[in-house]
Amino acid sequence: MGKLQAVKRKKAASAKAATAEAGGLTKEFKIGLLRRMMEIRGFEDKVFELLARNILQGASHVYAGQEAVAVGACSAMAQRDYATSTHRGHGHCLALGADLKLMMAELCGKATGYCKGRGGSMHIADVSNRNLGATGIVGGNIPVGTGAALACQMQKKDSAVLCFFGDGASNEGNFHESLNMAGKWKLPVIYICENNLYGMSVAFSRACAVGSICGRAVGYNMPGVRVDGQKVLEVREAVVEAIARARRGDGPSLIEAMTYRYRGHSRSDPRVYRTKEEEAYWHDRDPIKLFKADLLAEGVLTEKSFEGLQAEVDKAIAAAEKFAVEESPYPNPSEVMDDVYCGWVEDEKGLKRIG
Amino acid sequence: MPVIMYREAIRDALAEEMRRDPRVFVMGEDVAIYGGAYSATQGLVQEFGETRVRDTAISEAVIAGAATGAAMCGMRPVAEIMYVDFMTLAMDQFVNQAGKNRYMFGGKTTVPMVIRTEGGAGRCIAAHHSQSLESWFTHAPGIFVVMPSTPYDAKGLLKTCIRDDNPILFIEHKMLYNNKGEVPTEEYLIPLGKAAVRREGTDVTIISYSRMALRAEEAGKKLAEEGVSAEVIDVRSLKPLDIDCILDSVKKTGRLVLASEAYKEGNFVCEIAMKVTEFAFDYLDAPIERVCAANCPVPMSPVLEDEAVPRAEKIVAAAKRTMDKA
Repeated sequence: MGKLQAVKRKKAASAKAATAEAGGLTKEFKIGLLRRMMEIRGFEDKVFELLARNILQGASHVYAGQEAVAVGACSAMAQRDYATSTHRGHGHCLALGADLKLMMAELCGKATGYCKGRGGSMHIADVSNRNLGATGIVGGNIPVGTGAALACQMQKKDSAVLCFFGDGASNEGNFHESLNMAGKWKLPVIYICENNLYGMSVAFSRACAVGSICGRAVGYNMPGVRVDGQKVLEVREAVVEAIARARRGDGPSLIEAMTYRYRGHSRSDPRVYRTKEEEAYWHDRDPIKLFKADLLAEGVLTEKSFEGLQAEVDKAIAAAEKFAVEESPYPNPSEVMDDVYCGWVEDEKGLKRIG
Repeated sequence: MPVIMYREAIRDALAEEMRRDPRVFVMGEDVAIYGGAYSATQGLVQEFGETRVRDTAISEAVIAGAATGAAMCGMRPVAEIMYVDFMTLAMDQFVNQAGKNRYMFGGKTTVPMVIRTEGGAGRCIAAHHSQSLESWFTHAPGIFVVMPSTPYDAKGLLKTCIRDDNPILFIEHKMLYNNKGEVPTEEYLIPLGKAAVRREGTDVTIISYSRMALRAEEAGKKLAEEGVSAEVIDVRSLKPLDIDCILDSVKKTGRLVLASEAYKEGNFVCEIAMKVTEFAFDYLDAPIERVCAANCPVPMSPVLEDEAVPRAEKIVAAAKRTMDKA
């Protein structure tokens, strides 16, 4: 009997391992998640530094502190899925697998950037790699992501769309119109609200009539869950389940990931609206720190291998900076009117069809 | 040649393109069972089913935004916004998300979508259902604006718009839906950016579009009776604009009258006037005249509405002013 139980346990354990393997949760996969979070952190710290040194122009809303949301969520995606992003979107792009060099070049407004320097920080897209783009309008991507999901449903593609936005966007009409449409039409879309507690300076509790965003899902006939957005695997698990639901044809989900942005809204933000104690609380719950501790405890990672990882990431960030700042040219001013239209060009008199 | 109504021409264009291309679909408020607030989608749901002819909630922003997202992912949506006045609710999605998409994403995205809507006065439905807002959209880079005045143009242009790869605002006119005109049974397309010369003349050029193009033709006839030879041009698509046709005509006549149903200030026709001064100033024999709607919200009362929107007589008077000043 005891022997039989042992065999059963062994079988169960091996089945579980096989599932973990199938789900991608190998040692390498987990290290990959950690590394991606570290890359985002390193990238954002570098962005902040370059902004402070005035090497980077424009606005960059940095993602540091929220890494577990993007990395956990995007790790659940298949290559046939899509994502839409926000003004605080560097993390989403990198979690989708964007190249650090091309990202940094885009932020620097260089010709080698993802969007030839036209989009910059707030408008990075890479449709060939699932990224339908970020928007500078809070909540502006929610209808677009919903429409992408409509296309996936109509094309019977078995694809799903991750639609990222923040707590601020959940008070926009776009959020409500989109969730209603998706709920009614059972669209394969996962609405991922990153509740970082502030819409610029206004605390979520001062802006929102209800205490949770996930609770709003009830109004749109979809499940709504709140997850710890500092825990990469917890985010991943919720998104895996939501994507499975979407693929089954059961429709959309709303996931509220509780998280925190370390930096101000933008570089000019002195963060007078929050306390040092609150910031310290969240730094204690740093997503990289938490996952690193988990992996150390599991024996998947050692302090030494972590240091090696950090060195690799630092090297990659330095290479991205060098590529973007030193090696990449600015776009040719003569190209300022390129790609406003598809198949048409504009001269001083007006638009002309080409081809 | 068969004679059909403007709204039937729209419907036929949609049906033909949906038969031709499975990526084309229609969505909007009341477009399926009801057949469209102005009956321009009658019968489509019966032929193509509810997956491709979709009644939506009253949610203009997500109608425009979902069309944008669907277009980015390989579909060719034709969304209907019931009144151009309601485009205010879809402005961000259409202008910011659709219109700027390709450019800001480095030319890597394509957004082949059409928003069909309708505008204009004439039904005494006042300030929120009667406007002509085309200049808001011609001002924005990345989108086209097309405004047909006849059933023939409506069909040929809508088919072209559906096949074009840019976001397009196709603005019909509520007072034209029952107008009849000859439309061939065989397929035809009308290229964007090609004006139609409705009447040839030598004394003065009258430029217009949409319902005002019909009033411009009426004005042209009246002027002929009074011995003035007016060349009447319907631009049909405001963006792209057939500026060469306009310049050629002005170079011939030396006089220009611009007629539009939109508010006078910042009217799209001011852009035509500017282009004419840029490229044909030396040919002008008189100051350019514009005949536009009053700068007031469109009033309900039939008397006031009629006063607010240009009548043919006002176009005639403007043309005569250019002659007097010559």
